[in-house]
Amino acid sequence: MLELTLTAERGSFKLNVDCRFASDWTVIFGSSGAGKSTLLRLLAGLDRTIPGGSTQARIVLDGAVLAHSAKGLWRKPGRRHTSLVAQQPSLFPHLSVEANVAYGLNGLDRVLRASRVEELLSLVDATELAGRLPRDLSGGQEQRVALARALAPLPRLLLLDEPFSALDGVASDALISRLQSWLLQNKVQTILATHDATSAFSTGAEVALLHEGRLAAQGAASQVLATERTRLLSHLQ
Amino acid sequence: MDWQALELTLRLASVTTIILLAIAIPLASLLVLGRGRWLAALEALAALPLVLPPTVLGFFLLVLLGPRTAVGRGITAILGHPLAFSFDGLVVGSVIYSLPFAVQPLVAGFAAVEPGLVDAARLLGAGSSRIVVTLLVPLARRSLIAAAVLSFLHTVGEFGVVLMLGGDIPGATRTLSIVLYNQVENFDYAAANRTAAILLGLSMVALAVLYSKGEKRGSAARRA
Repeated sequence: MLELTLTAERGSFKLNVDCRFASDWTVIFGSSGAGKSTLLRLLAGLDRTIPGGSTQARIVLDGAVLAHSAKGLWRKPGRRHTSLVAQQPSLFPHLSVEANVAYGLNGLDRVLRASRVEELLSLVDATELAGRLPRDLSGGQEQRVALARALAPLPRLLLLDEPFSALDGVASDALISRLQSWLLQNKVQTILATHDATSAFSTGAEVALLHEGRLAAQGAASQVLATERTRLLSHLQ
Repeated sequence: MDWQALELTLRLASVTTIILLAIAIPLASLLVLGRGRWLAALEALAALPLVLPPTVLGFFLLVLLGPRTAVGRGITAILGHPLAFSFDGLVVGSVIYSLPFAVQPLVAGFAAVEPGLVDAARLLGAGSSRIVVTLLVPLARRSLIAAAVLSFLHTVGEFGVVLMLGGDIPGATRTLSIVLYNQVENFDYAAANRTAAILLGLSMVALAVLYSKGEKRGSAARRA
C-alpha cells in the first residue's frame, strides 16, 4: 500500500495530494499538465523537490518511509524498491537489450541474472531481441524492453508514465494482460499515469482523477470517469 | 636536434595527461551530476588557468612549493627534495595549468548525455561512480579523446609555467619550448626552425586524428 501526502508549488503550478493507493493497479488519470509526471518523479525519488519550487512530501510504501520532508528523510532512487517507465524508454544506447535488462541486477550471480533476464524478455515478448542494440529496435520494442528492464530488480512499486504509447492497441492490450498477471504473482503494486481514458477502463483499475494538481476523485473507473465516458461515447454518435 | 628535450617533453605531456584524466573524469562528473551552489565556485576554480597568465600561475606555484611555505617544506620532507626546479614540479604545474583543457570537454560531453539515461541508471540502483564508468565515459568517448589530446598538446606547448617553475635544467626541466626560446635567443634560426616544425607537426597530427574521429561519427550520423 502506498500512502502519500504531497504539497508542491512552483509559480502558478500547485500539486496537492493526500491519498492512499491500496489497489494492485491504480490509474492516475489527468490531462496534460495536471501534474502526473511530476508526481511520479517525486514518488520514484528522481526529484527531491519540484525543480525551481518547494515541496513537502510524506511517502510510505508498505510501511517503509521513502520520504518525510518534516523529518528530513529521503531515500535515493534505487533504494525505494520502485521502478519508473516513462514514455521515453531511455535505453542505454551502447548496451545490448540483454545488458540493458541486466543493468539493475548487479547483486545477482550470473546464472540467476541470466534467468531473470530471460524471464522478463519473454514476458514482454522480446526474447529474439536480446542481442540487438537499442538503435535497431522500433519504438514499441524499445518500450517493451524498457518495461523488462524496470521489472528485472523485482520492485515493490511500478510507476508507468504512459509507457505504451508506441504500441498499437492489440499489442498493448496483450502486453498489459500478461503484465498484470505477472505483477499480481510477484506482488508488485502498479500506478499508471495516463491521459487516455480507454486504458483506465480496459484495465479495470482503481482510478485517481488528477485535476490541476489536486486529486479530484478516487474510486472505480466507471464512477470516477463517468463524465469522460460520456464524452467518449458522444464521439460515436 | 635536442632529443633529450623531446623525450622529456613527451614524457611530461604523457604523465600530465594520465594524471589529468584521473582528476578530470571525477571532477567533470561532479560538476554535471552534483547539485549545490558551491559547484559554480568549483567550476570557476577549474577554469581559472584558462584566463590566468601562465607566468602568474608559475610564480604562485614557485612560491607555494618553495621552502618559505609549510606546503613546500612538507613536500620537501616527504620527497626529500623541493618540487620547484624538478620534473615532478613541472608535472604539478602542468596538471594545474592544463586542467581546464581536460575538464571542459568532459563537462560538455557528460552534460550532453540524455538525462533520462542517468535517471534510468539511478532507478536501477547505480551510484555516481557506476553511472560515470558505465554510462558517461562510454557515451562521451569523443570528449574523452578530445580531453586527452588537448591536455597533451597544451602541455607540450606550455612555456611560462615551465620556465617559472622549472627553470632550464637539461634532462630535468628543459622542454622543447624552452629549447626553442634558447635557440631564438642565440639567433640559431635553423635549429629553431626544426624545433618549431616538430612542435607544429606534433600538434597538427594529433588534431587531425581527433577531428578525423569526429568526422567518422558525423558521417555515420548523417547516413543514419
